Amino acid sequence: MATAGGGSVADPGSRSLLRLLSFCVLLAGLCEGNSVERKIYIPLNKTAPCVRLLNATHQIGCQSSISGDTGVIHVVEKKEDLQWVLTDGPNPPYVVLLEGTLFTRDVMEKLKGRSGRIAGLAVSLAKPSPASGFSPSVQCPNDGFGIYSDSYGSQFAHCKAFQWNKVGDGLAYEDFSFPIFLLEDENETNVIKQCYRDHNLSPNGSAPAFPLCAMQLFSHMHAVVSTVTCMRRNLIQSSFTISPEVVCDPLSDFNVWSMLKPINTSRTLEPDDRVVVAATRLDSRSFFWNVAPGAESAVASFITQLAAAEALQKAPDVATLPRNVMFVFFQGETFDYIGSSRMVYDMEKGSFPVQLENIDSFVELGQVALRNSLELWMHTDPMSQKNETVLNQVEALLSTLEQSSAAVPTVVLRRLNQSQPLPPSSLQRFLRARNVSGVVLADHSDSFHNLYYQSIYDTAESINVTYPAGQSPEEDLNFVTDTAKALAGVATVLARTLYQLAGGASFRDTIQADPHTVTRLLYGFLVRANNSWFQSILRPDLRSYLGDGPLQHYIAVSSPTNATYVVQYALANLTGKVLDLTREQCQNPSQVPTENKDLYEYTWVQGPLNANETDRLPRCVRSTARLARALSPAFELEQWGSTEYSTWTESRWKDIRARIFLIASKELEFITLIVGFGILVFSLIVTYCINAKADVLFITPREPGSVSY
Amino acid sequence: MTAAVFFGCAFIAFGPALALYIFTIVTEPLRIIFLIIGAFFWLVSLLFSSLIWFTTATLIGNKDEPREKYLLIFGVLISVLVQEMFRFAYYKLLKRASEGLKIINPYEKAPSMRLLAYVSGLGFGIMSGVFSFVNTLSDSLGPGTVGIHGDPPQFFLNSAFMTLVITLLHVFWGIVFFDGCEKKKWYTLLVVLLSHLLVSALPRLVFLVCITAKLVMFLVPSGFCPTTLLRLHV
Repeated sequence: MATAGGGSVADPGSRSLLRLLSFCVLLAGLCEGNSVERKIYIPLNKTAPCVRLLNATHQIGCQSSISGDTGVIHVVEKKEDLQWVLTDGPNPPYVVLLEGTLFTRDVMEKLKGRSGRIAGLAVSLAKPSPASGFSPSVQCPNDGFGIYSDSYGSQFAHCKAFQWNKVGDGLAYEDFSFPIFLLEDENETNVIKQCYRDHNLSPNGSAPAFPLCAMQLFSHMHAVVSTVTCMRRNLIQSSFTISPEVVCDPLSDFNVWSMLKPINTSRTLEPDDRVVVAATRLDSRSFFWNVAPGAESAVASFITQLAAAEALQKAPDVATLPRNVMFVFFQGETFDYIGSSRMVYDMEKGSFPVQLENIDSFVELGQVALRNSLELWMHTDPMSQKNETVLNQVEALLSTLEQSSAAVPTVVLRRLNQSQPLPPSSLQRFLRARNVSGVVLADHSDSFHNLYYQSIYDTAESINVTYPAGQSPEEDLNFVTDTAKALAGVATVLARTLYQLAGGASFRDTIQADPHTVTRLLYGFLVRANNSWFQSILRPDLRSYLGDGPLQHYIAVSSPTNATYVVQYALANLTGKVLDLTREQCQNPSQVPTENKDLYEYTWVQGPLNANETDRLPRCVRSTARLARALSPAFELEQWGSTEYSTWTESRWKDIRARIFLIASKELEFITLIVGFGILVFSLIVTYCINAKADVLFITPREPGSVSY
Repeated sequence: MTAAVFFGCAFIAFGPALALYIFTIVTEPLRIIFLIIGAFFWLVSLLFSSLIWFTTATLIGNKDEPREKYLLIFGVLISVLVQEMFRFAYYKLLKRASEGLKIINPYEKAPSMRLLAYVSGLGFGIMSGVFSFVNTLSDSLGPGTVGIHGDPPQFFLNSAFMTLVITLLHVFWGIVFFDGCEKKKWYTLLVVLLSHLLVSALPRLVFLVCITAKLVMFLVPSGFCPTTLLRLHV
């Protein structure tokens, strides 16, 4: 009877009750940012963490404990302040708020040595960038994955002659046991410093009084030891559990490539079809996750190549050139040549339409934005030139370059006068497979001119892309900076060289790269991605990929990244043709008899705003710009300990955040606990005593007639 | 502020209520049932008062500072009035129930009205304490303490003692209220109401929206619980 009574709730009533319940659950969820929590914590929203990356043998990066690391804040503005943290301070552990200029190797070595007293590190961005340079990358980038090894070109291996990245301190490749965060917003840094001044300072170096200002950093990483271990754990998880807990992901994305003349991508080229390859890299990195402005290390180079592709496409006799030209933008070159090693692997296996034997010559753009007195250096590989044929081909290549630059006054090409190794470049991976004749164009003759190679300071300012104050974003977009003109000069040289290498002759001197294109690309990639031009070249569903700041060029694990999409669509816009097709025809071009899906790629893009600025005029763009998978062959072949291919993976994590609050002394907490216990015991005793004597204490009146209740 | 503060404040706020429960309520199952029903009545009273507050707030609309403050004062007033109304309603229910209890158990002594007054007051007090303090208590588990925006750092201790006081006050109000109802001395009810208003007017913000939401989440299961328990006894 009870169950029947309990179960017979009226059905419509229960449904409305359920709706009320879910509404209130939603409300309660919204109330989770309740005001007591707001009284205690100040969350830090504009931070970037340092995450764990793993390769075949090591783990690099930072780790926090699973419930966050809490420490008393200490602001270190000069080296002497470190003593408090390392030895003198009475309330370890500390979270150090470090000035950006002090984020150097010796400070980090000291902090690493006393990691019992350090709970975490927060680095504030140095404004202006450190004058003497800052590069957390190693001095010999991508060592061991290029062509020079102990068995081949050993005099060039491991940068024995000179270090490419002189300023590099290798911090980004160290393993830290405490979390490190970057404070990107100056306002938040000031809030933290104010809290420190209010609570943590004490006169004469004595112990400061509680409550103290503290910071908690959460960045617990799931993967450990190396890629071999974490991929093995992934495999076990996915084989044996229904909902696997993957601990790490390989770094992967897409390479962007296009052909000057369209080719049938459903099959490989004939061996007689010769292709001239123009290559550059798309990505960079920094110490912190997803912060990779990469202005000089990557962006300037691929913008130059985009401008060269546009200039070359405009040549009148493109369709009749004897050889084809392939423009390729490699992703993941920062992490031991992920993109180029994958492309070489695909070419060898025949999964890519162009094969290694089709490659006629190879021109790569290294870092080109910081030229001294207009000089652009041509780097070649000394080891492959020991072969007579290759030597002659390279000689022809260099003389073609010099002829092309003769009519460009803003670029002076220089040969290197002694045999030097190639700088870290994708050409090295191609040379590992086959002796192609190739050249790398760079602004440096020996060490990099880039003082901020792969760091957070490699921004627009480091390559002198600055705009006059007081202009609107649209005016900034179209303002031609000097850097844009210089890069346009390099792009003109590159385009003319490619034209001549492809067999063209008549129109060489009419090919000119457009500085307006270069400046718009520089503005979009380095200053503000959400501008009218970028919006007009993207697909409608990718609109939200453009933020109000610069694009970041870290390869990441989910693909394609925002930057890859933008480069692909920019290439499509600059080298493609607008067709008069409807949206349905554009998305299904096989229905249109004149169009061929194997030769071209068709995309429906947003287009520019119309005259009233209310709507967009979308259009169909046909181009040869495509994406090719850039996942290291080590993961295809499941050779996770490979020393031949890149094995970089990124750990997974659940929660990354930072917050500041006050902490009370341990004595006060203990007193609270004792008081609580005391009250509990006292009330138990009193209640017991009163209850035992209740009939004595609470006498009920025995008068007759009164209601005894 | 960590586990020490969590347990310390929890014991301060709920220690006496726990002691009363262990020594006086747990021994008899009927007292437990009346306690839970009392708690349930308090929950329903808070639900109604917060619905009234919510509709008023929605009708008024815009959110400027003085209006927010008056709305809050109005909300507290309505909450106290409705709580006392439900206490009266519970008294009426218990009066009717005591007749039925005499029929069910003619051999056992029925609980006296004074005992029921005490149990109902304790029920109201425990539920009121839990609802006002559990949110704050859960925040005390984290590593931080109140104070970064300038609030007094003894926030947790103050709230714990306040909760303790309110719980015990509800017990006393229950006894006095039922006594006034039995002896038809209506000024006693006024005294209870006024003293309740006085205590609630102390600076302690009542977050009625959150409480409504959490309230309904508790309401559905705990609402069926005592009714089914009563049925089980039938």
